Amino acid sequence: MDFINSIVLLLNYIFVPALSYGSQLALGAIFVSLIYGILRFAYFTAGDLMSFGTMFTILFTWYFQSLGISLGVLPTALLAIPFAIIITILYVLVKDKLVFSYYRTKKSPPVMLAMVSIGTMFVTQAIVRIVIGPFDRRFFDGEKFILKANEFKEMTGLNEGLTIKSTQVITLLVTIIVVSILFWFLNKTKTGKSMRAYSDNEDLALLSGIDPKKVVMITWVVAAVLATIGGALYGLDKSFKPFTYFNNMLPIFAAAIVGGIGNPFGAFLGGYVIAFSEILLTYAYRKFFIYILPESLEPNSLLQLLSTDYKFAVSFSILVVVLLFRPSGIFKGKVI
Amino acid sequence: MKQYGDVILAYSIMLGLIVLVGFLQSWSIALSILCFCLISAVMTMGANIQWGYAGLINFGIMGYTALGGLAAVLVSVPPVKEAWQAGGAQIVLCALIIVSMVFGTRFIINKYQKSNKRNYIIAFVIIVGLIFIRLISGPAIHLIESVNPATTGFLGGMGLPIIFSWIVGAFFAGALAYIIGKIALGLRADYLAIATLLISEIVIAVIKHEDWLARGVKNVIGLKRPVPYEIDLQTKQWFINLVEKFNKGTLDLVADALEKEQLLKQLVIDGSTVFVKLCYAGLFSIVVVLLLIVTQKALYSPWGRMMRAIRDNEEAANAMGKNVVKQHLLIFVLGSAVVGIAGAMMVTYDGLFTPGSYRPMRYTFLIWVMVIVGGSGNNFGSILGGFAVWFLWIEAAPMALFLINFFTSGLAETNAFKIHLINSIPYFRFLMMGIGLLLIMRYKPKGILPEKIRKM
Repeated sequence: MDFINSIVLLLNYIFVPALSYGSQLALGAIFVSLIYGILRFAYFTAGDLMSFGTMFTILFTWYFQSLGISLGVLPTALLAIPFAIIITILYVLVKDKLVFSYYRTKKSPPVMLAMVSIGTMFVTQAIVRIVIGPFDRRFFDGEKFILKANEFKEMTGLNEGLTIKSTQVITLLVTIIVVSILFWFLNKTKTGKSMRAYSDNEDLALLSGIDPKKVVMITWVVAAVLATIGGALYGLDKSFKPFTYFNNMLPIFAAAIVGGIGNPFGAFLGGYVIAFSEILLTYAYRKFFIYILPESLEPNSLLQLLSTDYKFAVSFSILVVVLLFRPSGIFKGKVI
Repeated sequence: MKQYGDVILAYSIMLGLIVLVGFLQSWSIALSILCFCLISAVMTMGANIQWGYAGLINFGIMGYTALGGLAAVLVSVPPVKEAWQAGGAQIVLCALIIVSMVFGTRFIINKYQKSNKRNYIIAFVIIVGLIFIRLISGPAIHLIESVNPATTGFLGGMGLPIIFSWIVGAFFAGALAYIIGKIALGLRADYLAIATLLISEIVIAVIKHEDWLARGVKNVIGLKRPVPYEIDLQTKQWFINLVEKFNKGTLDLVADALEKEQLLKQLVIDGSTVFVKLCYAGLFSIVVVLLLIVTQKALYSPWGRMMRAIRDNEEAANAMGKNVVKQHLLIFVLGSAVVGIAGAMMVTYDGLFTPGSYRPMRYTFLIWVMVIVGGSGNNFGSILGGFAVWFLWIEAAPMALFLINFFTSGLAETNAFKIHLINSIPYFRFLMMGIGLLLIMRYKPKGILPEKIRKM
């Protein structure tokens, strides 16, 4: 019994939260990785693009709520996401037309483009803060829990409860759907293949008649879709605050690089690597060991490897270690 | 002289703007803008040494700034004796363990061939060291932090004049840069940018959460000053005489003696803040001028030419026998040290150390906007960038207010849209910075004052 209790404990406090957090990071990391592979620069606007998409999700949610439209047990935001995606797509395409296309045709070095993306980061951040303000906002409605700790205890007769929030399940399901469609698109369709070809070797792709404009446009569209979905899921699960989203850029970059930047599948896994290591290293294992060790060996300290304050530091340290020993990432991205 | 024509023009416009603020708003505001402009100029010069001279991207400016601030605390705060008695010895022991870990690892690297066995031994040394540190420091930190936690709860500093911290801050930042440089300088440009950004976040996390070091997010306030306090000044006779002399015209207009005394009192109070800020501005100007002389000399020395050669064509410079790796590391350390000075200066000016306020937008990306806008590779340009961007950053709010009122003048005061816009005025500075950066990068990619290569 103690053994099952300890497993449930780990599931509740480590596995379930890490899985949903990892999915949110993974969606961000995939589009950072795609932009890096195809447009060839580090896109520092990543976090703020996510907050831009989430902001419109919230605005549409409010609009639907004022009309009295809802999805019953599901959050209204799910209905709002497609509309927010359209606006985010328009925004990135306009941004590309006005800002990035100039440097692309001039073949500026990647560093220049990264600097330019810092300019757009400032602008996006300003837009978000001017429109919706810098405050913490919750926009979740509908049924909050799928499984409550008490219900689980009653159901199984265990000491430890297992809580599953509906947002966690939604996050996971949406991520699975989106990522499957994305990889099907990249691997099976002609456009997706041309994107990968362009990412591998630009000159060769151009010679074989791939239209660079189309590739670039599709990349931005995919980025906008992933950013909006990832951002909205994060906001549903936790809450929406522009500053948090900006900060999320850092673990997202860590995930993209750990997975091998330019390699979307690596980035996808990288998201989970970062999420799991953050939570595994900062969890206090005392209760876990109380369950599995005999009473005489019971620990009296918290058995926490790192304090939770260092959550961010964990992902960055992993990143530094990976950069040192495998600069191309765990799953071999572009060799840099 | 002719070649500096645009420099003189740009600087006079900038100073004119600050003086204008003095006339329109108040001299106290103008002088605090000037002080922060000077601090920003020092930071920008540090970033410019790395980016402009050597083409190294450093997005970790925030980390070095915070280390400079930490130096200010560790130098100026008097030591907390009880805390040292409670756990000082253990902390020193931990420091010794870290040092021996570093030397042990170096010894192993030198002694053994590169192999899995060596990696395992190194990993073993590090893990054992960490466990020891955890076991020794844990209780000590708890003891230190429970020494009068409301006011101290940390080890304190050395109790020296705060001005020394400017040098110590440079050493702290330089030491960190040495470590980071050893790790990350081999990476390609944008990887280096991301790595430094993340490492600076780690530095902030450590400073924020290690309360025994500098009280963490509980902040250290009331740091000593290198300049006189306003309260002391207001009672000094020579200062009152000085204020009287300056404001003779205004004072003569008032006939009534009692009223005159009241006015003088008010003038002395105002004057004391201005005087204190003037002192700061003087101190900061000395630093800026000294740095400017040194960096200009360096830029036009054989060493500066070598750095430009490395920046513009690394392979060629390498083929000419220049040690690129070593020079990169050197310049990374030098630039970061300059940023460290600026960090210490800033905490000196504020008189308090608030680790929670270090955010990448303000301390990393804004500085980069300054470098790009001012003109990378040109020291005069980077100082100008520091001034111009900081000026805009502060004055963006009044400007935005003016523009909003102008464009929405047709709308009623109670219009929800207008109220919303006016409430979000603080964020217009981000918009202004972003658009400014994008415009400069598009139409004047070399900055306002571009780099000048003197022909030999």
